[in-house]
Amino acid sequence: MWDLQKYANHLAIIDDLGPKITYGEMNKISAEVMRVVDSRCLVVSLCQNSAGSIIGYVAFINNNIVPILLNAQLEIKLLINLLDTYAPKYVWLPANQADAFEEWKAVYSCYNYTLLKTSYDINYTLHDELALLLTTSGSTGSPKFVRQSYKNIKANTDSIVEYLELNETEKPITTLPMNYTYGLSIINSHLMVGATILVTDKSLMQKEFWQFFKDYEATSFGGVPYTYEMLKRLRFMRMSLPTLRTMTQAGGKLMPELHEEFALYAAENGKNFIVMYGQCEATARMGYLPAKNAVKKRGSMGIAIAGGKFTLIDMNGKSITEPFVTGELVYEGANVTLGYAECGEDLSKGDERGGILYTGDMAQFDEDGYYYIVGRKKRFLKIYGNRVNLDEIDRLIKEKFEDIDCASAGVDDHLYIFVTDETKASLVKEFVVKKTGLNQSAFNMVVVDEIPKNDAGKILYKQLEKYFLPG
Amino acid sequence: MTNLEMYKQAFCEAFEITEDKLAGLKYQEIPSWDSVGHMNLVANIEEAFDIMMDTEDIIDLNSFEKGQEILSSNYDIKF
Repeated sequence: MWDLQKYANHLAIIDDLGPKITYGEMNKISAEVMRVVDSRCLVVSLCQNSAGSIIGYVAFINNNIVPILLNAQLEIKLLINLLDTYAPKYVWLPANQADAFEEWKAVYSCYNYTLLKTSYDINYTLHDELALLLTTSGSTGSPKFVRQSYKNIKANTDSIVEYLELNETEKPITTLPMNYTYGLSIINSHLMVGATILVTDKSLMQKEFWQFFKDYEATSFGGVPYTYEMLKRLRFMRMSLPTLRTMTQAGGKLMPELHEEFALYAAENGKNFIVMYGQCEATARMGYLPAKNAVKKRGSMGIAIAGGKFTLIDMNGKSITEPFVTGELVYEGANVTLGYAECGEDLSKGDERGGILYTGDMAQFDEDGYYYIVGRKKRFLKIYGNRVNLDEIDRLIKEKFEDIDCASAGVDDHLYIFVTDETKASLVKEFVVKKTGLNQSAFNMVVVDEIPKNDAGKILYKQLEKYFLPG
Repeated sequence: MTNLEMYKQAFCEAFEITEDKLAGLKYQEIPSWDSVGHMNLVANIEEAFDIMMDTEDIIDLNSFEKGQEILSSNYDIKF
């Protein structure tokens, strides 16, 4: 995937905890990993934003070893469940977490990461094109993964490099988890051009983050809508960040006012603000709003990336040709992934989509062909950039609490859970917070007399909207 | 309500915790005090004391005690 030798003398990674790693060093480690692992197989990689985590990922992809990327903070019970489901040959994890698996032997270590050889004796067949497995939902531990191919990653990375005009002088700073498709796409694309990634697990709300940003002169970062709300609260626009060139935004729709505010700030300060649109099912990116139109087209997610194509279809599957008509957004391009995997056997599956993705997002285009997301076909919300499936939340609650009547609904960043039994409300909330691993302030409990249903027992979600939509 | 009571309330409401957990509490020590929680905390404090905190102070506020120190030295709020 990456030509590490080409940039051998460039710094690939600066880790805020100390290590500085060149592309040449990364190439050397990659060869060492291959000597240990020997042949194509499955590895579960527990990710954090650190040098070791990224080096392992690069070594696996470059050597045709298939990683499943998970958050290193995933609850241990959920992790073991996933390990048992997919039976990887190895686990790549932070050295201080290796103790949890003392029956497995450490076969390689570098930069505070360790490779453990597992004892599973099943070897699921891996399809030749399969490169990588990524989750679609934050940290619920769902066994459903998106299957991405080498061609998918290469195609999407090349498009990103082109539309963001990336080169070796870039120094992006990490603001998103690397096991999250958007965070990973930043790593993928910058390693392709020989740039230097500033790696930190610190958050925007920490002094150390901004010190690191300034010390090493970061040139760009990415953020989900919530990131931009935090930046606004931080009075970001008054900060002096002369090295910053580009801010990108994805992971949900930014409020048009906030979009405009950041677009104006960027325009007035010689920086680029680029709103983008994507999904893990399309590797990462599908659309982007060119910086020069950021103010004029606020609220739009832009146009299809190089090599991709958007169309809208109506209820009957017919293509929409008039502007300002709502339809389901369909994307076509080489970055449309192979499909999903829900169990080990699925890893042998080939391409199930044929380059076409029905996004599940409802959209319109304007007279200039710029696209606007106006709603969703499926019942899910984006919370702090993470996809949360509402039906899955309902199912988890009903599994845990016997005989409970509940329904969840809401808007992005605000999930409302309706229950009829007041005594269970706080327990349900505690349970959902733990299951999703998201901050409790996103969850609102509402106690109602009854959950509105039709004669067939189907929940009438429309009638719940009055609790969270303005008049 | 005294300043200390308002200050405590800002924490309890932002993180949904009880007062007995506040002494010595640090950023990222509990799941609810992550970056999202931090933003809620700052919003609560700004509203309670009718102030606008500076960036430096927002990112410096990394414990229950540190916040008190910042508010009294930079915003003239006495506890």
